[in-house]
Amino acid sequence: MNFISQPWPWYVAGPLIALVMIILTMFSKSFGLSANLRTMCSIGGAGKRVDFFNFDWKSQIWNLVFLAGAIIGGYIAANYLTSSTSIALSPNTVASLASLGIENAGSTFLPTEIFGLDALSSFGGIAYLVVGGLLIGFGSRYAGGCTSGHAITGLSALQLPSLIAVIGFFIGGLIMTFFILPIIL
Amino acid sequence: MKYIKFLLTGVLFGVVMSKAEIISWFRIYEMFRFDAFHMYGIIGSAIAIGMIFVKYTKRKELCCIEKKPIEFKDKNLSVPRYLIGGVIFGLGWAMTGACPGPMFVLLGHGVFSMLIIIVSALFGTLLYGIVKDKLPH
Repeated sequence: MNFISQPWPWYVAGPLIALVMIILTMFSKSFGLSANLRTMCSIGGAGKRVDFFNFDWKSQIWNLVFLAGAIIGGYIAANYLTSSTSIALSPNTVASLASLGIENAGSTFLPTEIFGLDALSSFGGIAYLVVGGLLIGFGSRYAGGCTSGHAITGLSALQLPSLIAVIGFFIGGLIMTFFILPIIL
Repeated sequence: MKYIKFLLTGVLFGVVMSKAEIISWFRIYEMFRFDAFHMYGIIGSAIAIGMIFVKYTKRKELCCIEKKPIEFKDKNLSVPRYLIGGVIFGLGWAMTGACPGPMFVLLGHGVFSMLIIIVSALFGTLLYGIVKDKLPH
């Protein structure tokens, strides 16, 4: 049981994520999380004004149920399967974050400087989360998928569009990490 | 009851994402700095196994549990759509360390600042739907 409470290595997690995709495929569903954002817009009534959201969202209920399961999974993992929330980050990463003002990187699961209550009490802190969310929502729909739909499902099926999208993910991610985060953090 | 299998698969997904620290902002930052193999090992091994599965099911024309044959729809090729959309998504991914799955898994961890990201992501999706026809696809 000790193994369960320790962080899981990549060679356990990678195959299990493949298993999730395989299970969904066996049930004739496509593994892709960002589709839920579109479904939620449709449920909220966006289909009345914007054609893109005028589709039979009931066909996507399975995905919302999957998402609800993911929230429950997060709750179970955080409360029953984890002995320590610290993360064994690379020393290079810790040093780099210290130079950006994020102290003791890895001692908590997430940086409190970005997600903690202090961040939520400042305009800049909220704006950071809002801009990040807008980019994710807009970009994933424009690209037609996110990490699960393109990187895992799409690349597994040798889809060239998914490869282009994943290259895009990395261009954007590298620009943010190396050029923008040093300014805004 | 027909949805219970999706709920359980979702639980598995949420647990794996949590236990392998894939939903941690720190791990995403570390990945984009190429400081550790962890995330590449996860994504790489998932794709490798996925590829074998897709190849095998295509060759065998394996039929499935739902009586419909498993199809892998080919996506239409377009460079600007996937590249520009991908770059925009990547900026947000590196900023928040979360994609559309992890932002919900983290809610289960009690990280309620994720609600701001989720609501904003919904607005981002809505915005795309509104301006969609004016964008290169």
